[in-house]
Amino acid sequence: MTNTDAYGHVRGESVYLDDIPLIYNTLFACVFDSPVAHGILKSVDLSQALKLKGVVSILLALDIPGVNQIGGIVPDEPLLAEGHVHFQGMPIALVLAETEEIAQAAAKKIKVVIDPLEIITDPRIAFEKNELIIPPKKFKMGDSDLAFKDCVHVFSGRADVNGQEHLYIETQGAYSVPMEGGGIKIYSSTQGPTAVQRTVARVTGLPMHRIEVEVGRLGGGFGGKEDQASSWACLCALGTLLTNRPVKYSLHRMEDMRMTGKRHPYSADFKIGLNKDLNIQAYEVVFYQNAGAAADLSPAVLERTLFHCTNSYFIPHVTATAYSCRTNLPPNTAFRGFGGPQGMFVIESAITHAAEKLKISPSVIQRKNLITPGEEFPYGQKAESEAVTTWVQADSYFDFEKIISAAHDFNLKNKNKKRGVALMPICFGISFTKTLMNQARALVHVYTDGSVAVSTGAVEMGQGVNTKMQQVAAETFSISSGQVKVHSTNTLRVANTSPSAASATADLNGKAVLLACEAILNRLKIVAAEELNIPFHTDTIKIENGFVFHQNIQTKLDWKTLVNAAFVRRVNLSEHAHYATPGVHFDWTISKGHPFSYHVYGTAIIQVTLDCLRGIYEVDFVKGVHDYGKSMNTLIDQGQIEGGIVQGLGWMTMEELVYDVNGKLRSNALSSYKIPDIYSAPRTIDIQPLATTRENLAIFSSKAVGEPPLMYGIGAYFAIRDAIRAFNTNASPEYDAPFTPEKVLMALYDSEINKFHSHHSSH
Amino acid sequence: MLSFILNNDTIHTDMPPGMTLLDFVRYHKHLTGTKIGCREGDCGACTILVGDHCDDKVNYRSMTSCLMPLSNADGKHIVTIEGINPSSGQLTPVQQAMVEENGTQCGFCTVGFVVSLTGFCLNNNNPSQEAAIASIDGNICRCTGYKSIERASARLINLLNTNQNSASLAFAIEHKIVPSWFADIKDRLAEINASTSERKSIEPIKKYTIVSGGTDLYVQRPEDMVHSVTLNMFNRNSLKEIIEVDGRIEIGAEATVTDMLESPVMNEIFPHLKKHLKLLSSTPIRNMATIAGNLVNASPIGDMTIWFLALDATVVVRNEIQDAELPLRVRTGRDLSVLSKATQPSGNSREIQLRDFYEGYKKLAKSADEIVEKIYFKKPDHCCRFNFEKVSKRTFLDIATVNTAMFLRVEDELIVEAHISAGGVGPIPLYLKNTSSCLLFKLFPFDEETMRELIFILESEISPISDVRGSADYKRLLMKQLFLAHFTELFPAS
Repeated sequence: MTNTDAYGHVRGESVYLDDIPLIYNTLFACVFDSPVAHGILKSVDLSQALKLKGVVSILLALDIPGVNQIGGIVPDEPLLAEGHVHFQGMPIALVLAETEEIAQAAAKKIKVVIDPLEIITDPRIAFEKNELIIPPKKFKMGDSDLAFKDCVHVFSGRADVNGQEHLYIETQGAYSVPMEGGGIKIYSSTQGPTAVQRTVARVTGLPMHRIEVEVGRLGGGFGGKEDQASSWACLCALGTLLTNRPVKYSLHRMEDMRMTGKRHPYSADFKIGLNKDLNIQAYEVVFYQNAGAAADLSPAVLERTLFHCTNSYFIPHVTATAYSCRTNLPPNTAFRGFGGPQGMFVIESAITHAAEKLKISPSVIQRKNLITPGEEFPYGQKAESEAVTTWVQADSYFDFEKIISAAHDFNLKNKNKKRGVALMPICFGISFTKTLMNQARALVHVYTDGSVAVSTGAVEMGQGVNTKMQQVAAETFSISSGQVKVHSTNTLRVANTSPSAASATADLNGKAVLLACEAILNRLKIVAAEELNIPFHTDTIKIENGFVFHQNIQTKLDWKTLVNAAFVRRVNLSEHAHYATPGVHFDWTISKGHPFSYHVYGTAIIQVTLDCLRGIYEVDFVKGVHDYGKSMNTLIDQGQIEGGIVQGLGWMTMEELVYDVNGKLRSNALSSYKIPDIYSAPRTIDIQPLATTRENLAIFSSKAVGEPPLMYGIGAYFAIRDAIRAFNTNASPEYDAPFTPEKVLMALYDSEINKFHSHHSSH
Repeated sequence: MLSFILNNDTIHTDMPPGMTLLDFVRYHKHLTGTKIGCREGDCGACTILVGDHCDDKVNYRSMTSCLMPLSNADGKHIVTIEGINPSSGQLTPVQQAMVEENGTQCGFCTVGFVVSLTGFCLNNNNPSQEAAIASIDGNICRCTGYKSIERASARLINLLNTNQNSASLAFAIEHKIVPSWFADIKDRLAEINASTSERKSIEPIKKYTIVSGGTDLYVQRPEDMVHSVTLNMFNRNSLKEIIEVDGRIEIGAEATVTDMLESPVMNEIFPHLKKHLKLLSSTPIRNMATIAGNLVNASPIGDMTIWFLALDATVVVRNEIQDAELPLRVRTGRDLSVLSKATQPSGNSREIQLRDFYEGYKKLAKSADEIVEKIYFKKPDHCCRFNFEKVSKRTFLDIATVNTAMFLRVEDELIVEAHISAGGVGPIPLYLKNTSSCLLFKLFPFDEETMRELIFILESEISPISDVRGSADYKRLLMKQLFLAHFTELFPAS
């Protein structure tokens, strides 16, 4: 089935935040944000701004009636700066004006006096100064110290990986409306309606039941709107509370880029030990996470880095330590993969480093160490691994050896063009690592005309969750999908939701929809038995294609008549169901447990072609085998795979966040921060589904597909490295993603640069 | 008063001519299908089609409405998604292909793709997958990874290839790619343009902002532009001509990059024109960006500037304000009597060699009142070779880190004329005078010593600085590499 939202999308009729028809009397908001990354906020001068005609009010921290606090995990982040500023882009004041233009003009007229304090942008420096968001986290399995002593080969090194701007094409925003009785309704472009509701309640001092959060859809989220949508919603709500007028704020792209956090940059030190058979015996890694100025979701992101620090490999002795380091950058946040990809980049760097030293292909080490069923991850969960099967199937479909030798031949024939190849196995755990978040609810109504309305906590942001929820309801009732409408996400209809995140949205909410539909269906079957005067038995009465079947024979009783009969008999045609993922638990006191419902596996082979004259490259293909489970919707899942891969490639290649030493974002617009365009996409993406019979827990035996494919993109980094070394065998660039054309060219000609420098300085 | 057709409605508006078309359609006409993604022409979410009546038909080009002054819509047919949607509630073949191939996920960029592809269907008489992809090279999607959109494009190509010999508009109407009322647009535009050309010309204004395509001004100074008194140049068709006159090629100031790309004159001289100009921004921006805009913008990495520097081109400027002969008109583009006058040499015009046009960072050798009229260069003969190189973080739709062009006249492997330009390695677009003269009367291939000498001189002529596009060391190395690349391109056998 095609995406249920596509019709509205292609006609431009889907309604995003900025498309909501303006409500009479609406005020427009604009934030005045800190021009300094760290300092003492001495004074704020609003006088010039207030003189502008059309400015209604300008709010500061002292105007907040509730608590000036938006930190979700750690209460360390004020909504509006109070006393100190901690990053460039930190909101200080909120202008409310009659038009958007006036609001923006007024914000430019606000003056502040800030006594500067030392600015830290590097997580290692923050670590040295003990600027930690939370105490360090550690995963330990076996005894790596001891194990290293027995290793034949031990290598250590450093790996750095930069952050990533989400670049959802729809910027952040919110629109709040006063409701009677002092309540507020907020339209928010958020992945976490409950987070918005909870945070607005805290800031306004209102109880949660007075705050309605409505989310129609998002023009992209990717994690960027999981926690960071709350600020704008809080600011608008505050404006509404204090002026009793609707307040709208749809951020300008440069405001969004400047004020919001991104994927966390990491720096890491690794040490890897192998025995003579190239089995990885021991792995030690220390992660320095650049958390930015406040916790946001950093602690949870940090945990997932640890969970994925060994990727798809079994390593008996692991010591992994992670520090969440406070710097003066905007608080970094969730982004597809949630810290996992960074952990995986480091282990892949370690393996590549070892392989280069041993003068073998990294794939030899990768293949040898893939985790097999029953082996344990460092956090104690036993793998139901498909790592080897995806590798073997991908090899049989695509013939790795043939690809590698063809690239080798190409390189022999071409002087200025070189091809590089890398294998990228992935393994990603599905479930929120915070166990309590693995719950969801769905509200299903069957109306008397037979049509069905579904509400869940899931937010549609392009991942196709509306379509999947519609499929669950339609398949369970065995009616046409057109009879099912999935509605907006609204905190009045479904409460206390987890954000749409962790790839688990369809799993969790789908199960809740299933439970709700099954409950209604069961009641309908009882009615059917009564109507048809047959004995009730849940297995002999079925509904198929809109008709009641008894013992596989179609009766005259159709869906609509049945629904009506139920209504006449005063049978409940609605259900609010609750689902909690069984079997997941984790004990942070020992860092062991079973945090994931299951893992998603896959193996891809990536080839790039490098133009060694100019230092630019193209990704030729990404091919592989991916563990979809039993895909609920192959069209949508393929879209997640392709989109994830290209997003991952972007992170590893051209997407370069640049902050200067003053903590100012230099890559602050689409003209200076580049994400893949259509020509940057690999010429071929061919990802085949894993053929497996293994059962799993997810909805209709599917597997989550949102985040994992992003990590195939990591392979592009190592493929580029491979190509560079085909041109310059001595090249040994630092493990420092992304591999921008600059880094590539510098690595291709590293010896000449040194030569040039001495040559140049002599003149 | 501006007059144009927006979808199926004729608009007469007194809204500020400097406001963006995007704000006009979204916030004044409540056509919310056109989205705001970046407001700097880099994402394509706000793509609309602009239909221009010329040569007895309407040519449609995609443009980013976020950078388009409302005044540039004057006399045009503006098409948003609302003007494409079939009133029946059905989907057009473009929309259907996007749905069936799952070319849309979050949907926010989708309308831009649909509009661009629809424009492609309206324009392209020789459909190919490559051309279809080119039509959406200015549309950024963060969700799909583009492969599904490529598959949707392939479906369209299959449809377009069934066209035996209908005009593309007739074919598009027949296959419901656009509504049938598109057939009447040509006459309706003619009517609008006939009635408005009689209107009184605008009096000369002291303080004004000259705007052409808007692709840089609206990125740099969007707030100022809304309320600026704009002197609109874009619609002056008289300044768009690309012609050969007396052994030289003249390009009107208001010719767009697309005009160059489609010019038979240019394609004859520059066999790699398409390959080179593909490196310049994107289709919608190329449809808007003018030669004059690129020159006077004075960016040290202006792609067209670098291009023309290596052709050792000459800029013709004219003081339009003092020119009593020519009434100052914002809307003269369609006034034929004024057109013919405008092309005649005027007493107030003068010529400046492009290599002398830049006096310092963003400082031009022309006065504020002087308007670029055209640029010309000597027509290269069969002994001439030309190459353009550009490297940026993203190969396409990006601003150059370093760009450079090389022009050589080679007789029996002997270089008899040489011009090299370089951008991104100094405060202004550089004409590398010493390197150029060093190349003179050298035989190719060079020996090692010659190459060393050349590179030494090249190095001495550049002074890159570190910025968001790259470190000084990188730019220096890159410049050297691109210099070498010129020779591998210009002497492919070697």
